[in-house]
Amino acid sequence: MLKEIFNKPTKWSVMKQLILKEVDDLIIGSLGIVAFISFFVGGVVAIQTALNLTNPLIPKYLIGFATRQSVVLEFAPTFISIIMAGKMGSFITSSIGTMRVTEQIDALEVMGVNSLNYLVFPKIIALLLYPFVIGLSMFLGVFGGWLAAVYGGFTTSFEFTTGIQTEFIPFHIAYAFIKTFVFALLLATIPSFHGYYMKGGALEVGQASTVSFVWTSVVIILMNFILTQLLLS
Amino acid sequence: MIEVKNIVKQFGEQTVLKGVSTRFEAGMTNLIIGQSGSGKTVFLKSLLGIHTPDSGTISFDGRIYSELSNDEKRALRTEIGMVFQGSALFDSMTVEENIGFPLKMFSNKTPKEIKERVDFVIDRVHLVNAHHKRPSEISGGMQKRVAIARAIVNNPKYLFCDEPNSGLDPKTAIVIDNLIQEITQEYNITTVINTHDMNSVMEIGEKIVFLKNGLLEWEGSNKEIFKTDNEAVTDFVYSSELFKRVRKMYLEDDVK
Repeated sequence: MLKEIFNKPTKWSVMKQLILKEVDDLIIGSLGIVAFISFFVGGVVAIQTALNLTNPLIPKYLIGFATRQSVVLEFAPTFISIIMAGKMGSFITSSIGTMRVTEQIDALEVMGVNSLNYLVFPKIIALLLYPFVIGLSMFLGVFGGWLAAVYGGFTTSFEFTTGIQTEFIPFHIAYAFIKTFVFALLLATIPSFHGYYMKGGALEVGQASTVSFVWTSVVIILMNFILTQLLLS
Repeated sequence: MIEVKNIVKQFGEQTVLKGVSTRFEAGMTNLIIGQSGSGKTVFLKSLLGIHTPDSGTISFDGRIYSELSNDEKRALRTEIGMVFQGSALFDSMTVEENIGFPLKMFSNKTPKEIKERVDFVIDRVHLVNAHHKRPSEISGGMQKRVAIARAIVNNPKYLFCDEPNSGLDPKTAIVIDNLIQEITQEYNITTVINTHDMNSVMEIGEKIVFLKNGLLEWEGSNKEIFKTDNEAVTDFVYSSELFKRVRKMYLEDDVK
């Protein structure tokens, strides 16, 4: 499948429009939900950390530190990707699956179009912008944490920002974005595979979307484990 | 002209096509008929290259499909127009975009030239007020017209139709049949239609191929099908009382 995606490319003038459409559907269309979840989860992480720091010897800046570490290292790249496996993944599987059951993919093939390149390649290219989504998630997560911690009366703005800067390791950002790139590739290909090779009717489209979500999540979790071992151990 | 020589297609243990040979001439409406499970769809999909036959050859004006390179196969496919049973229109595109799609993909025409050609075929299939509508917003009959327009927009040499009348009322079905026949003759296309519709057989069947259990049981024209004494054909075609009477009347007229 992967070989065929890059084989016999679609005309650039057509491909350009397809990529822009996928950027709109997959990236722009996900910003709202990602922003909403990140902001509030960041806030909750900060509140939970603050509520658990009952020992007066533990400095309050740890709230900012814990929020940054949780959001940047795991929440934004991994858990947002799992949420996206549900949102983007099921959209990809169901849209390609519906094209399969309504013979639209056969129509492309009969016309001489490389349907895998036409359908999947623009998604892969569009998802190269996925790190921007995760970057936004990181920013809003930490910002939500700051708002919750400061305006909830758990710490001061100075302490929180001190925490954010404490023991900052730039490679952690690189690690998060390396994971994000890998997850973007998984988000584009696994749901496409389940949609493209599905058989049956409307019911099977629904089943394929569910199976695709499960497999994408499982592979993201496994890859997260492997990449963490490789990059941080 | 499409020439099929002894094609065999198996799925696991089941042999669906058991050595079918026939010839589809250009400028003629060629019909494939047969009971469900007789191998019609597999036969049509083999002609289209969606299924690869296990043996035998299919040649398009002398070009043997199985001997072509992948690029040559793709080039040949641009000469093929296909009308699918469910129309297979792209949901995300308007009628105009659906019809212009093959031109956008495979021609070097400017957007203005594409628009002109699309407008021409839209007129040719008698579609009105549908340019900017999506497939879900138009009727089944209009969807079939859009599918035909998309199939012919790139001046195909070969036109395949899978059950073009399914789901249509009898009047619209006749309009679609006549449209396909007119286009076939006008552009000298080799048209192959897979159908269950006996009205189509009687109206436009210039060559009819009858498949039974994966074998070519009978072939001939819509005139000859009235006279044939092949039991399998008469059982299938004249299974209804109405067609039995039509046949009787036709044969009596013929004797007079």
